[in-house]
This record gives sequence, structure tokens and C-alpha cells, in this order.
Amino acid sequence: MTAPVTGKQIGRSLPRLEARAKVSGRAEYTHILRLPGMLTCKIFRSTVPHGRIKSIDIAAARKVPRVYAVYTGDDIRKVIPDPYYGPAFHDQPILALNKVHYVGEPVAAVLAEDPHIADQAVQLIAAEYEELPAVFDELEAADNKVLVHQELKPATTFADLKHLKGVKGTNCALDFKLRRGDADKAFASAAHVFEHTFKTQRVLHLAFEPFASIADYKDDGVTIYTASQSPSFVRTEIARLLGWPENRVRVKVPFLGGGYGGKLYIKLEAMAVALSMLARRPVKVALTMDEVFYTITKHPSTFRIKTGVDKNGKIVARKCDVWWNGGAYADVGPRVTQKSGFTASGPYDIDNVAIDSYALYTNLPPAGALRGFGIPQLVWAYESHTDMIARALGRDPLDFRKQNLLRDGRPHATGTILKDVAIEKVLDTIAERLDWERPFDRGSGTVKRGRGLAVGLKAVISPTTSVAIVNVAGDGSCTVYCSTIDMGQGSDTAMAQIVGEVLNMAAETIRIVPRDTDVTPYDMGTLGSRSLFHMGHAVRLAAEEAKAKIAQLAREVGEPEGSNIPLAELFAKKFGMQAGNIVGTGTYKPDYVPPDPATGQTSNATPFWMVAGSGVEVEIDTETGQLRVTRLVNVADVGRPINPKIVETQLSGASLMQLGFTLFEKMHFDGGQVTNASLADYKIPGIHDVPAVMENEAVEAYQSNGPFGAKGVGELATFGVSPAIANAIEDAVGVRLTELPLTAEAVFRALRAKDNRPLGDE
Amino acid sequence: MTAARTINFTLNGRAVSAEVKPHHNLIEVLQGQFALTGARESCGQGLCGCCTVLLDGKPVSGCLTLAVFVEGAEITTIENLGGSGDLDPVQQAFIEAGAFQCGYCTPGFILMTKTLLARQPQPSDDEIKDYLSGNLCRCAAYPEIVNAVKLAARKNKTG
Repeated sequence: MTAPVTGKQIGRSLPRLEARAKVSGRAEYTHILRLPGMLTCKIFRSTVPHGRIKSIDIAAARKVPRVYAVYTGDDIRKVIPDPYYGPAFHDQPILALNKVHYVGEPVAAVLAEDPHIADQAVQLIAAEYEELPAVFDELEAADNKVLVHQELKPATTFADLKHLKGVKGTNCALDFKLRRGDADKAFASAAHVFEHTFKTQRVLHLAFEPFASIADYKDDGVTIYTASQSPSFVRTEIARLLGWPENRVRVKVPFLGGGYGGKLYIKLEAMAVALSMLARRPVKVALTMDEVFYTITKHPSTFRIKTGVDKNGKIVARKCDVWWNGGAYADVGPRVTQKSGFTASGPYDIDNVAIDSYALYTNLPPAGALRGFGIPQLVWAYESHTDMIARALGRDPLDFRKQNLLRDGRPHATGTILKDVAIEKVLDTIAERLDWERPFDRGSGTVKRGRGLAVGLKAVISPTTSVAIVNVAGDGSCTVYCSTIDMGQGSDTAMAQIVGEVLNMAAETIRIVPRDTDVTPYDMGTLGSRSLFHMGHAVRLAAEEAKAKIAQLAREVGEPEGSNIPLAELFAKKFGMQAGNIVGTGTYKPDYVPPDPATGQTSNATPFWMVAGSGVEVEIDTETGQLRVTRLVNVADVGRPINPKIVETQLSGASLMQLGFTLFEKMHFDGGQVTNASLADYKIPGIHDVPAVMENEAVEAYQSNGPFGAKGVGELATFGVSPAIANAIEDAVGVRLTELPLTAEAVFRALRAKDNRPLGDE
Repeated sequence: MTAARTINFTLNGRAVSAEVKPHHNLIEVLQGQFALTGARESCGQGLCGCCTVLLDGKPVSGCLTLAVFVEGAEITTIENLGGSGDLDPVQQAFIEAGAFQCGYCTPGFILMTKTLLARQPQPSDDEIKDYLSGNLCRCAAYPEIVNAVKLAARKNKTG
């Protein structure tokens, strides 16, 4: 497909619009914001994973001099009678009511002007619990022997969750089902059948700006300053909790010090609002880093995958059972379960597919979306599994994948026809960069070398809506109003480039106003790599409308067709001075057909598919299990890059984040208690963890329904990293790891087991 | 809680005084009393480097520096870099190399780079990585940060 000719803004590697503010330390973030008269909140948290609250003693805390107030769940109910919130389920109380469901759950809140005073008072609160049996493992939770909640409370906004309302006796917040062809029959006649189970661990976003929200409640309205990826959702949800129209709730979001999916939907906002209502003062709830570990995490998962292959090496059937460990509150888990679940069979052309994907409650910190919306957990399993099949059949892993690849024009497991997916090009580019066909140095002595690759497919979440406004002022300068949050992905710069392209303006002259729901219109949320596509279209449409109005204005003042009179002169001609505005609006919502609830089949599952993969070379010390990734290649189809430099940094950053989740990051628990809740005990990638050779490439591609051929990029390079490394480990030393993280200890244990000298548990 | 006392120190070249309590760290004082928010507390353990400031020219973690101990000292923060509207060459290099995403950790990396280049004007890649290994970036802009330091070193050489 040939791309239409465009002007000068698309494809420019322009530095970020907010670069100057960021390098000079003057960028605004919620965590460092203070309001006059503000009180600070410190939280008393549950010490048991599951229990009935017998008593909460706040008397001593209240007596601490200069403590303003101490509140519990009962106080919250006085101002918000039904204080349960959440994006998919209304299951999470602002402060615990009757029961606690995980260690770290907020139980009481202390307010004081001085945070140290509040902190000291929290230490004096005591709670007594009648402990109840707890369940931590997702497979045990699926047995429903221990129930986390008595009854399911789905938000009725989602049609596909309505049937779960009031359901009792289950930990399963959603069971998504997909059926295509007849998998059982195909397995029966397959020449080979393989079945493996893979697991992922609990990790977390750990944005360096910890969660923070400030609420300033007045009788006629509330203003919320918050580190959120979804101001429009916060507004809707707070309005619902208060029984107010949305126009009395104002949500302001400055830049985010990292988000990665952690700051989605609603986190501390409801608590800040309720406390401000009670205190009649502005209240700031800002977490310390250890508290972040008790707020939102990434789903651990168990994925049992079974594949049937015919005598020619063609995959004929795949069965996927995925259990997602959602923790104590659903957050967006049920969406992850479905919207990612339906891609669990991977980027392969398979006629017979059965997928069952289960969202499960457990007595652990809640889980949400983390850079991939569940996809990295799935790719980890299906690309490890696919490699194992290729090896078992004596096939080259690249060649086996290419034989079975799902190509444009073919139906995905959902029945949706694949379109604009440069999947083969991605795979070929990885192989090319790894010199796959050339002989490979396998190391010598105790140091062995191996290589591996993996590729993943995602369908962007649908249906979602974005609205934007483009405003041209009397001097010809342009301002864009959109609620997409720039949390580091460079969206402000990309939106300015799109608008600049339409209006023939340099992107750096365009201003993107700070996010404020009183000013910037609705957007579903900055998540799942959706913004460049959806908001990109909305700002494009708004700019096109403005452009049409500018042409109309030119006609009105008698300018000849095609006149290039400066905009300021055009306004001056019309209004007699520097005055007036031209305002364009744009709304974008793609077409979508909901899946059949019984089969998951739909003719239109998504507006665009995302594909990316990684190739790695590793070096393993067989005496210690020490693993070094010496080369990391990330290749993605991003459509046409709007800003190639920012695309490259997104690919690089995402892959390094996933490298941490692959090699060492893991939240450790003891009886539901996180035992490594600090950066001292939870290692994240540092500058020495960057592989010696790193390459990132966006293949030449074009998304035909995208804004100027573009589509999202933020999550892409997380897809292939984990399985590519596991595949390289097997290539190097012949052992297969099926559980993340891939630590030196895990490699060493596997080597010893292979050697018939297994190590003990300690 | 114990009584406050007045401390005097030099902040970004100006003599200042502040009311501090024994448990206040330097970041609380810079943010609360001087509205300087470029140094931010993130991990609270001196491990991430987001709170880096210069104390008598040496980089320290502001979150681990008790404010009472800066009596008589010279404190420099990111806000002091760059003159009248001009960016410092290191800041400029970070922009040109695209060496940040969310920007939360960026002031710390820039101050560290300033002190590295003062000590070693033309550092090798290994020297850069070793010197910056106490600063973390969750967006993992590390390859671009190394490039920014090299670019700043080149600017120094030619400028």
C-alpha cells in the first residue's frame, strides 16, 4: 500500500515539547504539589490478608497534638453512603468496611498539616481482626474453597459483565470463552500433541512518582489534582460516588512521573475526595514507595497451553487455559482477562482454537494493567511453548513459526480478518539482525552461548472514544485540548505533530494545554497503546474542521481560493483587530462488533492489531547459572512513525522494563505480606543491566486506518523479551525454564537437575 | 515533636535561612520553604537518585540528608543550572539525545553528569555507567542517557 503524501511534521524526530521543563526541574507533578491550607493524609493498613474487623482503636491517635482528624470506613459512609469504586467492579471500599481482604489494605486515615505528625499518629492505631482463611494462588482460588468476596459486584456499565451481578460462591470475576472450529476433534487426529504450563510472578509498575491525589471539596464542586492516566474516568466515577453531575467534578492532571498502566482508572482519588468532604479542607494523599507495593501490581498468571500439530508441521489445534491472579479487588482484571485473553493462541493460523481465561480474586494486593494489558504474560507462554514444539519436532524455531504464521487476510481465532500486520517482516527482521542463517558461536568451556526469538500479537482494546478541540487564536497561534496524559511516552509532541501536519504549522509552535476536565474533553484513558491512534484521529479531525473554517473565513473576507495570507491577517480582516477564535472539534470512536458470549467470535474485534518481537543472544556460566543478555533486538510494526526518535526510545524503554520482569523482578510474600516492599529489596533494571548490544527497529509499515498511517507503540517491545530469553537459555544449555523470573538460581537448579544432581530446596 | 531551629546556608548562590526540625530532610525544606521541586523524594532510601542535590559541590541524596546538617553549607539544585534563559550544555545534550521520558529522575541524572564532567571531561562509556549507576530511571532511558553524557562531553570539548 502506498502512503499518501504528507507535509513536514509527520516523521520529524522533534524533541519533546516539554523537554525544557523536564531538564530544568520545573515540570509539574502531583506528588510535589501543595495547596494552601492543605492537610496530609497517612494511612493505617491491614496486617492480615483476610479477616473480619472486630475493632479499630483510634483514641490514642486522635490525642496526638496537632492531629486534625482520624477517620475509619464508618466515617466515610457518612459522606459517601456506598463507598465502593472500581472500573469493572464496584468492589473496592475507600477504607475497609467490616472485612479486610489483603495485607496493606487501607483501614483508617489520619489527617494533619505536618505529615510527620500524621505518620506518628498512624503508629498509635490498633485494629483487631477475626482472621479468616486466605487464598493466594490463582489455581487454589479457582477451586472456590476459600472465598475472597461473598458476592460479585460488577459495574453495570459493561454489558458483558451484567450476568455476574450478585453471583455468590465464586472467586471468578470473569470467565471468558473463545471457541473456533473443534479443538477436541483436531487433537484426536493430530500427529503430535504438546502440553505445557507456564507461570509468571507478581511484579509492579514502580513509577518513580508514587501515587498522589489532592482533593479540594466545596459544596458546589470538587477539584481533584491527581497523578492519573484517566482523568475522564476519575471524573465519571467521583460523580457517580457523589451522585453529582459530571460538571461539578474537576480533575486536573499535570505531567506524570511514570505510569505504565499503574495510574489508570481510579486509585487514591475517592479517598482524597471523601477525606476532604469530612475535613472541609484540601487533603493530599501521597504514598511513599513502600505503600506503592500495596496499591496495584501486575497479574501473576498460570497458562496451560496444548497444541496439536499434523505430520507436515502445521498447527491444527490449540487449547489455552489462563488463570489471572487478580488480588483482592478486580480493578481492570476482568478486562485484561477478556481483551487480552482472546489473543492467547498467539500469532498463528490455527483452525481449531479453544480459550478459557479466568479472572480470579485472591487475598493479595490488587492487579491491573502493566505495559501490555496482559499480553506479555500470554506471549511468554505461547512463544516458549511454540519454541519447545519446534525443538521437539527437530524444526528450526524460525522456520516452524513462519510455516504457521497468521498473515494478513486470514482469520484470527476470533474470526476477525487480520489486516495491516507486518508480522512476517517483523520476524524476518529479527532473524536478519541476529544473522539467524549464519553459524553461531556457542561459547567454550564453562561459558555457553545461545540465541532465541519470539513474536507476539495484540489487539488494541475496543471500543473506546477520544474527543479533542483545536483552537486557533487571533494571532494565528494554535492550542490543542485533549485529555491524553503525557506520562513520558511523548504524546503531547505527537499530537502537536499531527495538528501541525493538518494546519501546516511547525509542531513546536503548538501548545497542548495541561489536562483539566473543565477544559479538555473526554478521553477513555491513556492506556493500551491506544492514544496515538484514537486521540491522534480526534486531534486530526479537530484540526481538519479548523482548517475548513479557516478556508470559510478566507472566503468571507474575499481572499482568493488557495490564498496563503497569514492567519493573523485573516482574523484582522474579519474582526478589525487581533481578535476572535476558530475552533475545530473532533470525536473518534472506531467500529466494533462485540464477541458472541458463547464463542468469542466477532467480525471486528479491534481497530488495529499490534505486533512486535525480540531476538536475544545470551551467555551462561554453567558453573553458577549466571546469565547475561549480550544482545537484545526489538522489532515492531508501529505503522508509520510520527516521531521516529520517540518511537525508538519507547521500544528501548519497554524492552528494558520487560528485561527486569524477566530476569529479576519479583514481589515476595510471606502469608500475604510483601517482604521486599522497597527499592532496596526489589531490584529494577539499572544502567549496568542494559545489554551490551541493543537494537530497536520499526519496520516499514502503514496502518491504513490510522492517523497518517500510524498506530500505537508504548507496549510493543514488552511482548517478546521474556520468551526470547527462555528460548535462548534452552539453545545455550539445553534446559527449559517455565516460570519467571529467569534468575541465575533457576538456571543453575535446572542445570543440576538435568545433570541428575538436583539441588535441595534451601 | 521537637522544636525547630534556624539554619543558615547558601542556596543556589544566595544566603538563606530556614526553620527546620531535627527530623526534616533537605528535600522537605527545599520544597516546603523554597518552592524548589526539581529534587524529588521517590524511593526515600537514597537508592534512586531522584532527590540528588549538590552539597558543597558533591552530589548527595537529599532524602537522606538531614536539613540541620546543611548549616553553613553550599547547596546547589537543578534550578540553578542554565543562566538567563539559556540551558546548560548538559541540559541541552539531554534534550538532543532524548535522554528522558517521564522526566522525574532527570534532574538527578543531569546534576550527576555535571559533576562527572567536572572531574573527567571525556569519560569512557564504562566510566559513565559506573558514575551514574547510583541513579535509576524506571522509563529505562539508559542508552540515551549515556549518549547524552557523551554529547555533553563533546560540547565541552568544542565549546
